[in-house]
Formats: sequence, structure tokens, C-alpha cells
Amino acid sequence: MTLEAHVPSGPLAEKWQHYLDKAKLVNPANKRKHEILVVGTGLAGGSAAASLAELGYRVKVFCIQDSPRRAHSIAAQGGINAAKNYPNDGDTVWRLFYDTVKGGDYRAREANVHRLAAISNQIIDQCVAQGVPFAREYGGLLDNRSFGGAQVSRTFYARGQTGQQLLLGAYQALERQVQAGGVEMFPRREMLELVVVDGAARGIVVRNLVTGELERHAGDAVLLCTGGYGNVYFLSTNAKNSNVTAAWRCHRKGAFFANPCYTQIHPTCIPVSGKYQSKLTLMSESLRNDGRVWVPGTAGDARAPGTIPQAERDYYLERRYPGFGNLVPRDVASRAAKVICDDGFGVGATGQAVYLDFADAIGRLGESRVRERYGNLFEMYERITGENPYRAPMRIYPAVHYTMGGLWVDYRLMSSIPGLFVLGEANFSDHGANRLGASALMQGLADGYFIISSTLGDYIASGGGSGEVRASEAAFDEAANAAEDRIRRMLHVDGSKTVTEFHRELGQIMWDYVGMSRNREGLLHAIDAIADLRADYWENVSVPGRKDALNKNLEFAGRVADFLELGELMARDALHREESCGAHFREEYQTPEGEALRRDDAYAYVAAWESTENAAEPVLHKEALSFEAVDLSTRSYK
Amino acid sequence: MAQTMTIHFKIWRQSGPDAKGKLVDYTLDNLNEDMSFLEALDVLNEALIHKGEEDPVEFDNDCREGICGSCGLVVGGIAHGPMKATAVCQLHMRHYKDGDTIVVEPFRAEAFPIIKDLVVDRSAFDRIIAAGGYVSVDTGGAPDANSLPVPKNDVDEAFDFATCIGCGACVASCPNASASLFTGAKIAHLAHLPQGQAERKQRVVRMVDQMQAEGFGDCSNHGECEAVCPKQISIAAIAKMRREYLRAVFG
Repeated sequence: MTLEAHVPSGPLAEKWQHYLDKAKLVNPANKRKHEILVVGTGLAGGSAAASLAELGYRVKVFCIQDSPRRAHSIAAQGGINAAKNYPNDGDTVWRLFYDTVKGGDYRAREANVHRLAAISNQIIDQCVAQGVPFAREYGGLLDNRSFGGAQVSRTFYARGQTGQQLLLGAYQALERQVQAGGVEMFPRREMLELVVVDGAARGIVVRNLVTGELERHAGDAVLLCTGGYGNVYFLSTNAKNSNVTAAWRCHRKGAFFANPCYTQIHPTCIPVSGKYQSKLTLMSESLRNDGRVWVPGTAGDARAPGTIPQAERDYYLERRYPGFGNLVPRDVASRAAKVICDDGFGVGATGQAVYLDFADAIGRLGESRVRERYGNLFEMYERITGENPYRAPMRIYPAVHYTMGGLWVDYRLMSSIPGLFVLGEANFSDHGANRLGASALMQGLADGYFIISSTLGDYIASGGGSGEVRASEAAFDEAANAAEDRIRRMLHVDGSKTVTEFHRELGQIMWDYVGMSRNREGLLHAIDAIADLRADYWENVSVPGRKDALNKNLEFAGRVADFLELGELMARDALHREESCGAHFREEYQTPEGEALRRDDAYAYVAAWESTENAAEPVLHKEALSFEAVDLSTRSYK
Repeated sequence: MAQTMTIHFKIWRQSGPDAKGKLVDYTLDNLNEDMSFLEALDVLNEALIHKGEEDPVEFDNDCREGICGSCGLVVGGIAHGPMKATAVCQLHMRHYKDGDTIVVEPFRAEAFPIIKDLVVDRSAFDRIIAAGGYVSVDTGGAPDANSLPVPKNDVDEAFDFATCIGCGACVASCPNASASLFTGAKIAHLAHLPQGQAERKQRVVRMVDQMQAEGFGDCSNHGECEAVCPKQISIAAIAKMRREYLRAVFG
């Protein structure tokens, strides 16, 4: 099978318009004959469900939380990019496109990224019309701030709660459609299987998390909007329930998984404090606008930060990258923090932290201006650490935050299974090997509000999802039986180790060997260690309780079982990619200055993995990345 | 290294919606002050699984950053526990002393039926939003975002109401189990913005009607909701809701 991305012809800037001009349309009266299943209610799923129901499709929406408003998009802090150029600082669609392609270290599909940049402005218009309270200037117009990897101010924000406000906008649009009858909402449901009939996605099996019942839903297309898989590392900034299961089940049914090794380690998170830690908390990248990152100039200097004179501090980002300073992209900032801590310059009880200092900003702007910009973030920091960041610098360290990899999709956001569309963080498409700040919200909403409405219609109008499928068909029986069987097996192992213990062990392997810096030897070790742990899981896990009731431990057991398979694929992908690009840093491939050494001659492609019966033998398919509009250059932020 | 603490818990256990519930005693001697409150419950659940005599304690939680609104426990008689402006997932054990006893109960209200242990059904909130908590604009066709200037003070005020996380602490703390702060916050958010004007009247009437239909009580100005709100939403939201309602019905 060859991967066909279905990128429209024509010059880059005209491709999307060209696609829209040619896309087939579904007659308004016929839309209501089509049932669409949307899984996940974050920015991608919520916006997709709302906009499709507005068009007249019958939409069924599923989420694992008790309400669609809880999806983890809600935790995004910093902002959303758009090429409005309101500040008159020279921004254009082209520049946003270029920064994003470059930020992704030239491992994204050019046409997708350009479309994303072109749509960005419409997203802001739509959200403002919904009543999203973006920050404004005193004159009443919208305010912008700068973010890493860009030299213009193009980030729209709502205090430190941009994700919350955008998600509530999408959630409200969704609830409006619930009221209007276009959307039927199924909260507390977890998708456990995809149903494929005659080669096309035609349904799902979900578990009702309250009753434990396995429910079957048939439809004409399935939209997977289930977010990323950062929780494979156990400790991450993701919500506790974020998981890969729905995407992984689709992968096992034939959907290719692309670039699984591209995982974003965010540079500014609150460091790990103890072994009972259940998750990590992000401190928005926006803090790097005004905070300066430093460590003591002498390794092991244990003086209080305020007593260390300026001359004895190493502002290492400003020193190494004078062009971008503290606003280098995330992968660069994270790796720099790891290197400086590995060299013994780290601070705090564990030595695994660097300072993020606001003393200069407070001196320049005054405490009240700083409070206005970052007040809620400072409070959150104090609540968790018990320390006041207005008085002493924050201590931060990188943490797993976002996954650029995901299910492979073509230009239409359709996976390698016809009728299975994948939106938002769950797909691989737009961020290459590293995502720039404030781009995740942009992508989720671009996919959901503005892209899927056309590409889904094109699919349906071209005959996709035609013919009636009943939930009583054999394919549904087979899927439901597979889900039932897995549940029964987990409950019957009756071993001696908890699900969390397994998850924590897996996370440690992933962090140590498939984390910020990887090498061949470590990856080979990880592959064996994960396979051993997975075998042990099915012999030794202890899952108490029943399947026909609310049982969160059982939910987690299924998710960890899938993480144990995904982890191995991530290590295999990282092993095969013998180059350093973006967040994927292979120690064997670096410049004498320790910067990433990309190998465009051999690896300018998307690695899309096909699942086979044997986890050790996934099949690699390559989608070559050709760059018509930009020159592949070495990324430099110096 | 953080100090080890012993904490005695009394936790509400209830096997299902119709089962009889009761407070059950548990003692943990291996907690420390850097743990969050939910991490202490994680430790308890791990211990219960190892012991194998009873099922783990069920409680809703997700982001553990105080923004998703999933978590909601009455801790020591207070919704979200003793710390002001703090959702229970952001409460840390450093605020307790070695040897303390902590009572943990679900958010109780007729309109929030218990599903199991500390997990309740808050879907009534979604139905209140569905009744009118939005601006009816379809996707596409919105004018340029800067075509409509909004005074900064208006948007700042709208924002203060828009930060509601929908956790339900306001209901759990109210002697009448009223959802007025939750409902008023959304009404006030949209009433402060020009985008919310077109549907201003019908929105407040529909949302208030739905709130009452769900079985929430009326507000009688106790102010408990404001005191426990993790986002410190002002009770001014309720005054705003009342004025908007009168304006819609009689204006």
C-alpha cells in the first residue's frame, strides 16, 4: 500500500481554495440522512461536532468525562496564534506558515501547514463572535503577545486560560446543537473498538463507564478527536484520563500511526517533588516573555538565588541563542535545560531544575503589571510549591506535554481507513517534529470548525459511508467481543501489582530511554524492557472490582495495556530515525556545538507504521516530504 | 525531604445510586506535605488494591490543575476543602498536621445524584447551558475580530464571570442547593459583552427556567457559594441574573 496524501495541485497558497472549489457537496436535505460519530470533545471534537450539526448532519458525540466541557484542551494556558498582523509588526500568512514549518524542523507536510496558517484568522473571528473574552487594549481592540519561535506578536490570549475560554466557546456551540436536536451527547463513554465494514469505518463500540455496558453505534463516518498520548510517560502535563486507547484501537484495526517518537517535552514545568507524584504542571510558555532563565555560574552553588550576583549567573539561553534568547522554541529550551542540569548546574533539592526569574520584569514593569499578565500562573505555582514567585525565582524543569505524532491522515484529515477522520492532537499532521507554542489550539479549531466540514462532505458526496449498516452485523459482534474479552482477561489475572505500578514503571523506561535525548543502545534496551513489562502485566496485574459498574481502575487498566504496546512502537520509531530533528534528539547525530543534526537526504519523510499481529514487526510506510515553497535549512535561533 | 504524616480519613462509601452509604475510617501513615490531597487518595487506593478486601474509592478528577472542574469533594465540611480559591485537586497536604482527621464526602444535592462513592452526576449543568448559555452564531461568516471594539473594563468583567469551571461547589455549599452562582456566571459573562446582546432576554429566562426544572433550590443570599468558589466568582453574578431576569420579564 502506498500512502497517498491527496494534496491538491497548484501553487501552495492556492491549494486549499482549489480543494474547496472542487470538493463535492452534500445537498442540505441529504445531510440529515447521515449520521456522524465524533469521539472526544476537546477543541477539535467539540468544534467539529458543533459545526457539522449546524450544517444539518446528525451527530453523536462521545466523551470519557462527565461533561464535554472537561476535555483537556481546557488546560491550555498561553494562547492561540493567528496571522492577523494587528500589531503591524510585519506578520503574514506566509510568515506564520514558515515559522511553523521551520519550528517543526521541516518534518511536517507543507500544504497542511499553509492551510492552517491561512485559516488561523477565521478562527479568531469565529471565537470573538461567540463571546470568547480575549485580552484587549484600552481602546477596545484585541491584544497580542509573543511566543517562542517567532519574532512577531501574533498570539491571542485570555489571561492564562486561553484554552478554557476557547473550549467553553466550542462547548457552548455544541450544547446549542444538543438543544436544537442536531447532536446527541453521550458522556462517560470510552471508545474501545472501531468497527470496519467493507474496508470503511462504520461504527464504534463504547463502554458506558457508569453501567459497564458495551454499547454499539453505527454511522457513516467516525471522527476521532481524542488528543495525544503523552501519558505513556506516566508523568506528564496531560490530564489523568488522557489516553491513547481509542487511537490505538484504530491503529490495531489498520490505521497507520505516524511519527510516534515525536513527543514534545515542554521546558517550563514545575519540577518533580516526590515519588507519589501523579502528574506534572505546566507553567505557560508565555512566562518566557518576561522571565529570564538562568543557573548559577558555578556547578553546585547552593546559595539562595537572590544572593547570587548577576556576574555569577549563567543566563544560558541568552548566551547560547542571542537572536531569540529566552524565546527559543520548546525543543531547544528543553534540551538546553537538560544539558545544563546533566552538567551539574541544576538547582533545587534534586538538581533537576533551573531558575525562571521575574525580578527584572518586576523592576521594569512593577509588580501589578506582572500580576495582571501572569497572576493566575504565579498563584498556581505558589499553591503547588508553597513558594512565592514574586519574591524568589520559579524553579522549572522540562516535562512531557504534547505529542506531535499520531494517526496518519491525508490532506483531508482521513486516516488510512476510509471514513475514519482524525482531528487535532490525535493526528500527526501539522507540527512536524516540534510544535510551536500557541499552535495546538489553532490546529484543533482549524480542523474542527473549518476543515472537516468540507472534507467530510466531499467524502460523503463521493459515496463514502453509503449503504445502511446495522449495529447487529457481524463486524459489530466481533468488535464488541474483542472489547469484552480484553476486559474479562484484565479482571481475571488477579496478580499482585497495581495498574499504577505498571504505568509508573513504563513511564520511567520511556523517560529514561525515549525521552529528551535518545541513543541506539538505550532504545534497544527500552524495546526489550517494554516487551518484558507487557508480558508481566498480563501475568501479574491486579484489577479489583466489577465490569458492570463504575470502575475507574478497570478503565485505567485498559489504557495502560495499550500504552504498553504504544511505548514499544515509539521506541522502534525513535530507533529507526537515525537523525536528530525537533524534539527527537539522537545523541549519535549532533553538531560539534551539541545542536541537532538533521539528515534530509535520508529522513525527510513521515514514518507511518502499520500494525501486524507481532508487536516486534510493525511495517514501515514512508510518505516522502517534498518542500516546494521553503528551502530546507538548518534551524538556527542564534 | 518532606516530613512524613499520619492522617485519619473518614470517607463516604456508597456502592451505587440506590445503595445506603456510610463514612468509613482509613488511616494512612506514609503521606507527606508535598503531596496533593488527591495524591493522598491515590495512596489510599493503591493500599486498598494491595489489601484486596474492598474496592478503591471512586472520585472524579482529571486535569489536577484546577481548571477542568471534574474534581469536587466536600473536605472537612467545606466544598473543595479549607483553602480559599482552590479546587480540591490543588489542595496540598502541607495545610494539614500530622495526626489530623479529615472527613471526605461527595457534593450533595438533589440535582446531583450520587453514582458511586464520591462521584456524582452533574449533567444538570450541561442542560442549563444547553438552554441558552451561548451566542447563536454558526461557524463561518463572522466579521473581522477587531470590527467591534469592546471596552477593556467590560471584557475584564465578563472574563471574571467566564472563568467558572462548572465544578458544582456552589451547589454543594448552598443550604438550598441552588445553582444560581453557576447560572448567573454564564448570564453575566454574556450580558457584559456586545456579542451577547441579541439573545440577552431569552437567554436569562430559558436558563433560569431550566435551573428550576432541574430541581435546584432558590437563592436566599447565604453567600456560601462565593466563599467556596475555586475561581472566586462574585455573588454579583446572582444579582446580575436577577436584574436580567426582571428586565426580560417586565422590561
